Amino acid sequence: MSKRVGIEVSIALADVVGMANTDVVAAYPITPQTHIVEHLAELVADGELDAEYIPVESEHSAMSACMGSAAAGARTFTATAGQGLELMHECLYVASAMRLPVVMAVANRALSAPISVWGDHSDVMACRDTGWIQIFTENGQEVVDTALCAFRISEDNNVLLPTMVHLDGFHLSHVIEPIIMPEQSQVDAFLPPNKYPFFLDPARPQAMGDFAPPAIYTETKWAQEVNLQKSKETVLKAWKEFAEIFGREYKPVESYRCEDAKILLLTMGSYSETAMTAIDKMREQGDGENVGLLRLRLWRPFPTDELRKAVENADVLIILDRALSFGSAGGPVGMEIKSALYDVSKKPRIVNFVGGLGGRDITVGNFEELIKKGIDIAGNGSENEFEIFGVRE
Amino acid sequence: MENCTIYVPRLITKKENFAPGHRACIGCGEALAVRLAFKAIGQNVIVVNATGCVEIFTSQLPYTSWRVPWIHTLFENTAAVASGIESARKAMIRKGIIQDTKTKIVAIAGDGGTIDIGLQALSGAMERGHDFLYICFDNEAYMNTGIQRSSATPFGASTTTSPAGKESIGQFAWKKDMPAIAVAHNIPYVATANPSYPFDLMAKVKKGLEAKGPAYIQILSACPTGWGCPGELSVKIGRLAAKTGVFPLYEVENGKYSITVDFPKLLPITEYTSLQKRFRHLQPEMLEQIQQKVVRKYEELKEKTEMSGCCGQTGTEE
Repeated sequence: MSKRVGIEVSIALADVVGMANTDVVAAYPITPQTHIVEHLAELVADGELDAEYIPVESEHSAMSACMGSAAAGARTFTATAGQGLELMHECLYVASAMRLPVVMAVANRALSAPISVWGDHSDVMACRDTGWIQIFTENGQEVVDTALCAFRISEDNNVLLPTMVHLDGFHLSHVIEPIIMPEQSQVDAFLPPNKYPFFLDPARPQAMGDFAPPAIYTETKWAQEVNLQKSKETVLKAWKEFAEIFGREYKPVESYRCEDAKILLLTMGSYSETAMTAIDKMREQGDGENVGLLRLRLWRPFPTDELRKAVENADVLIILDRALSFGSAGGPVGMEIKSALYDVSKKPRIVNFVGGLGGRDITVGNFEELIKKGIDIAGNGSENEFEIFGVRE
Repeated sequence: MENCTIYVPRLITKKENFAPGHRACIGCGEALAVRLAFKAIGQNVIVVNATGCVEIFTSQLPYTSWRVPWIHTLFENTAAVASGIESARKAMIRKGIIQDTKTKIVAIAGDGGTIDIGLQALSGAMERGHDFLYICFDNEAYMNTGIQRSSATPFGASTTTSPAGKESIGQFAWKKDMPAIAVAHNIPYVATANPSYPFDLMAKVKKGLEAKGPAYIQILSACPTGWGCPGELSVKIGRLAAKTGVFPLYEVENGKYSITVDFPKLLPITEYTSLQKRFRHLQPEMLEQIQQKVVRKYEELKEKTEMSGCCGQTGTEE
């Protein structure tokens, strides 16, 4: 029977990548992701994981080596953060378009300048349109579970797309949490060997990554879009089978105390646990209206139907973004959700905050304040499309 | 020559792993070099191709000129993709997932994809010691995008981004010595080649494949479009590049230099430059300066060869 152990989340993640019998890890150090790849290097060095560890000279080469490895048919993992993810940027599009099932952990980090090693979602939001499956995690247990599911989803021959597992830099990557580590037998039951159907093989020559003239480019992109949208079925199936083996259930949009809530707060990543505490406190104090929490776990493909369902009875939806989309009409998540709800006849009033940039804490008290302010703006209106919460102007 | 069709098939396979019907320009030295290289490489190979002329003229969907497994992802990352493939196969062979078929990994790229934008990834892959052959098809500029200078463009050549003009002699820097950079990585095999010397080229490709660890071969590939010469002169210009000492043919095995096609008396560089429009603006005094530097560089190469205790074969394939 699996035991709950106290373990640093990055170490637990690396351990589970090891239990997945990963063949190739290609990685470059960047804070706050380093503990993940350091521990993988240790596992390989100690003979606990039989893999090739490629200590590449940049993140661009990390993703490039991962593409080569996945194309050769190997189970392939890397991890990065912040600037590293941006340096990979052009590779990300190619990995998804060429249907290469790479799994990558991203310890979400703010972007320069000014340089900041601390967490926010600027890095991932710049990569939201790269065609990867993207899943946000709330706590260490979810990180471990999502990493296992990521291999299963990416390598499914109906999917064959790369997956990013997002964990908030420091707030998740560097904390020690009680985590139920899986048994090897459970992992083996859940995760079949990687059977990449198009692996590069002299016995069966094929060309991968050809150049597309205008007569065919549109069709290749259409096929990719259909495939990514359709991957949601496999994500749901993987989570269902995961629950059967491990007893923990995951959904694209999670809700907390939403049954009787007319006011909803929506977050992504690790802040949701703090938000839950704030909501509990406000309910205990009988502080105005009942508030519930939505958490977007599946970011790509975007769970439009699940989101619409989740907000159908709400009057107000307060969205907390952890990234700016400079010069636009809101935070990236706020804009996306407004867009998803535009065609719905009955929809909540949406208030969009941006906060927690560059690792700034949002405390329980801050969340109470943010929710109250959101309710106030929803009632009285505001000239601003969105507001940077807690900024000293 | 009349017995050519009898003897050549005994020396070179007739099999074309690089199929005809591609879209290269008439007289493309690079297409010829690729064809020869893949006669030497055979079929037990996985090819990683950088963005560039070769990638574009061989791969337009839904066609391909490749009869071997081939992958292209991006421009600057070819050596990194190759290292991923090599590592993946190594791990999977060790773990019994695939059989050890002794398949070779060959990365190919142009001079821009190698010596400019791809240098970091190549340096990383050579330093890490992956077992692969990297071939740079060097046509001395960004030909695919319209003849812009690269760091492999020779001094004085006029290109679209180093145009000759009243205030410009054309390319302002001496050609970057990429083989020396490869040698500095202490890899087992480095060579230069040129499709005008096909047996020398194929022998070097075979040696590069057999080397344990990274091998680097830079193949000068005449580009009639970019160099401003008639297509039928590609082979002749390649020969003159060697005979004038502008692009010497040598190899470096485990640090030991040897000139593989030596010319005791170099021809004047004008024999080479006068056939190409990219050099036509150069005045005699500038040509003389280039001449002196070419001779000096060739002497340096000879000294390295002598210090290595190797002697070149004089005028083979003549």
